[in-house]
Amino acid sequence: MSIKEWFHHHDHDNVQDGELTPKHYTNPYLIGLLLGIVLLATFVIMGRGMGASGVLSTVVSVGVEKVLPASVEGNEFYQGYLGDGESNPFKNWLSFEIIGMIIGGFISGAISGRNKITIEKGPRATNKMRLALAFVGGSLMGFGAKMARGCTSGQALTGGTMLSVGGWVFMLAVFAGAYAFAYFVRRQWT
Amino acid sequence: MTAPFYKFGLFNDEVSFIIAFVLGLAFGFVFERGGFGSGRMLAAQFYFTDMRVFKVMFTAIVVAMIGLFYLNWIGFIDLSLIYFGDTYIMPQIVGGLILGVGFVIGGYCPGTSTVAIATGRLDAIVYLLGGAFGIFVFGEVFPYISDFFYSTPMGRITLPELFGIDHGIILLAVILLAIAGFTGADWGEKYMKSKKEGK
Repeated sequence: MSIKEWFHHHDHDNVQDGELTPKHYTNPYLIGLLLGIVLLATFVIMGRGMGASGVLSTVVSVGVEKVLPASVEGNEFYQGYLGDGESNPFKNWLSFEIIGMIIGGFISGAISGRNKITIEKGPRATNKMRLALAFVGGSLMGFGAKMARGCTSGQALTGGTMLSVGGWVFMLAVFAGAYAFAYFVRRQWT
Repeated sequence: MTAPFYKFGLFNDEVSFIIAFVLGLAFGFVFERGGFGSGRMLAAQFYFTDMRVFKVMFTAIVVAMIGLFYLNWIGFIDLSLIYFGDTYIMPQIVGGLILGVGFVIGGYCPGTSTVAIATGRLDAIVYLLGGAFGIFVFGEVFPYISDFFYSTPMGRITLPELFGIDHGIILLAVILLAIAGFTGADWGEKYMKSKKEGK
């Protein structure tokens, strides 16, 4: 099967006539149960939770070390992701987890016919506006995740489950920030 | 006590990478099924038009929490050996607010964007490039904000420890909070639907 076929259009996809119709998604509580079991298995087997933003930080740190070596020197933040300088900084638990996540997501999308080369946006938004906002939002996310020492995966899902004080404070702050700002970007989504 | 298996030396680092890959597969698969691969679906929870992502996330937290509590109670797992980050209240409030705003503007969070890219979402690629830029900016200004970054440290601390309340009581409170959240989410969805149809 060619890559194009994996990504071919499906008329019954979730974006139809400008409506968000969650067809072919499994019941949210059932999926929540499964996600909870996977998370529990991670704790039991590894003694840690999942994470996502750490790998991107390694990518950035390695890149900055190549392009702006003076920046990295004596900078505790970058050094933390570069390791001891002997072993490959990408050879860690999170990198392998992320590779698995990408493949797992692709398989699920392929099974349900949701793999599609597209830009996610509401009926009123233009592609240009959406991509510009995606970059702006991504930048804020990157900065915020580093400030908070983790993102929705590491702090909210993992820290939240462990009843970490920081995890719950972070999670409440994320929802507060998102709900407070939602009004200003409503044209992008609704 | 036999778990966490890795901490008791049941397998080495090389094996842990294979396990990371397999668990990653499961996370990616379930994330996509949960609707986390769609920026529109993720953003919908902030407008009460579709609360699916919210329901998935809190069900998962409650399920894993009950599981851990039970496994600890029967003496199978040692919770003190599970790693999670230290608490630094102020940077985590500020970082969370910034990430929350970035979430509704950008449509994803780091984990969900990887699944979105895997399923062909071009906006998620741009989002992740933005994420790399944001991390770069953080790295560059880090020397100037490190005092704030290390402020209000509380170490490894949980809600039961903070309030001095039994673990089981907090668990019950979280379950009740989740049920209230799900009820509110259903109510919000119905309200938005009737509002739309009324137009």
